[in-house]
Amino acid sequence: MAEPTGILVLGEINKGNLHPTVLELLAAGKTLARGLSQKLSLGLAGPSLDQPAKDGIAHGADTIYTATHQLLEQPHLDLLLAAWTQICRTANPAVILIARTTAGRDLAPRLAARLNVGLAQDCLEVKLDDSTKRLVAHRPIYGGNAVAAVSPKGTPQIAAVRPKAYDPLPADPSRHGETINVAVNLDPSMAKTKLVQRNEEQTGGVRLDTARIVISGGRGLGGPEPFKKLDEIAKILGAAVGASRAAVDAGWVPPAMQVGLTGKTITPELYITVAISGASQHMAGCSGAKVLVAINKDADANIFKEARYGVVGDWQKILPSFTETLRELVK
Amino acid sequence: MPLNIIVLAKQVTDPEMPRSAFQVDRQNKRIVTPANIPPVVNGFDENAVEAALRLKDAQGASVTVVSMGQSFALDVMKKPLSMGADTLILLQDPAFANTADSSITARVLVAAIKKIGPFDLIIAGRQASDWDNAQVPLMVAEHLGLPSLTIAKKVDVGDGKVSVERQMPEGVEIVESALPALVTVSNELGQPRYPTLRGIMAATRKQPTIWSAADIGLNPADLQPHLELVDVYVPTVKKEVEIIKGQDDADTGRLLALKLREAKLI
Repeated sequence: MAEPTGILVLGEINKGNLHPTVLELLAAGKTLARGLSQKLSLGLAGPSLDQPAKDGIAHGADTIYTATHQLLEQPHLDLLLAAWTQICRTANPAVILIARTTAGRDLAPRLAARLNVGLAQDCLEVKLDDSTKRLVAHRPIYGGNAVAAVSPKGTPQIAAVRPKAYDPLPADPSRHGETINVAVNLDPSMAKTKLVQRNEEQTGGVRLDTARIVISGGRGLGGPEPFKKLDEIAKILGAAVGASRAAVDAGWVPPAMQVGLTGKTITPELYITVAISGASQHMAGCSGAKVLVAINKDADANIFKEARYGVVGDWQKILPSFTETLRELVK
Repeated sequence: MPLNIIVLAKQVTDPEMPRSAFQVDRQNKRIVTPANIPPVVNGFDENAVEAALRLKDAQGASVTVVSMGQSFALDVMKKPLSMGADTLILLQDPAFANTADSSITARVLVAAIKKIGPFDLIIAGRQASDWDNAQVPLMVAEHLGLPSLTIAKKVDVGDGKVSVERQMPEGVEIVESALPALVTVSNELGQPRYPTLRGIMAATRKQPTIWSAADIGLNPADLQPHLELVDVYVPTVKKEVEIIKGQDDADTGRLLALKLREAKLI
């Protein structure tokens, strides 16, 4: 078999289009491919891939591997994994990048087990070692208190990259690339789990894990009622509402809203915390936020050590004028 | 027939310890565990024990907790027993020192599970709070050829099938599969129960089964790492906070909103 070569991004398809994380992975992969003087490929699996393949090339892929199959119409992780595994065997890459989305969280470890190689999980940065040219991935550990640089042994080297860790490259519609069709053998019996029911929640709210802006409340809010004030701000900003564990444990809001080590990991561009002290439990879930704003009455609260902008004061007195000014600014 | 459930659990450094106690030994590429702060059972793994015990309460089950490590704090690892689990198996060997490489842990657990014998369900926490790898359960499922049903908030078993409710970002999904299967859970399952006094007494009397690498038929060649640890460091993201302060609270709130606009964040 030929020497494994190149970077392969395995991309998710969402409602017929490239998932936003694919563009981020292509940006990360482009730098690696340049460093190795090798090609950047994108592997896609779905029922119809013409448009996603074009978009992939415009965003930096040199080669697209397409596994087209009608059984992938209803996305099933077991089938997608089988298709991805076959793409990997065809493409024979040196490095594989996957997005650590809800699906990627399941797919990446399973793919690594199938290929019998290690996986660098939830990476914020992927680089090449200067001398060996092997992949080294930097990933937060211990709830973000430390970072581990790890290098998967063997080949291919697989890394799952945290969503929003990289900015997409601008599209260049003049780029050309090659599309290689990968014949995949899929049959319905490969799906070992069955989706029985899906209830889309009618919250009308913005999803916490993908929101550009998140506003969270903590113990200092004192009860469930003040979360309505956060809802109001969220509505103005198009933001999602989160909470600290203290607020969840008190029963003020459901566990699905919890941000932190034992809750969700969020990576918004703007994160506004109200009456949250910033315990490491909480910070573990929001270390990926680009700009953190803290409103807290305790000037010594840990949250101010992490914040870009801070207000030391009582949220009850700060929020009304904050909300009204936002309403005027965001029209 | 009562169910046979295996729960995977990890002993971790207490994630609630004060940040000041957290230390990195960069030279030896490791985290220094403070001697005065006892370890804990990984939080999501306590959720996994709770999920197993709810099935035990509802329909009867034998719950076996399995953990891998180099050394254990026995009183800590007995907590699942005091919550109501039946058996504790500790996979303890100097060769199991590397708990940061998920593929090793998965291989060891698979060998132990094969020795345990037939089971209906494996339940595990979504990820461990130390190395945050979120890989071991899925790798175990792959190696054993089991269906994997992840991030369950509710687990039901009946008619030879497991059915779980999954809290997805866009809503709740109900997914089922044939048994045996592997299920991962997280905080959405709800609070793990507290050990009762009777449970604690019963756990005191129980002794864990301890298996070495040789006991489960593993030799050093089976334990080659799949990840090389290149460096461990404390991130330097020292941000200089800008405190917004107006003439009064109302002014401060207004200035904060204006600042966010000025910074093009809204």
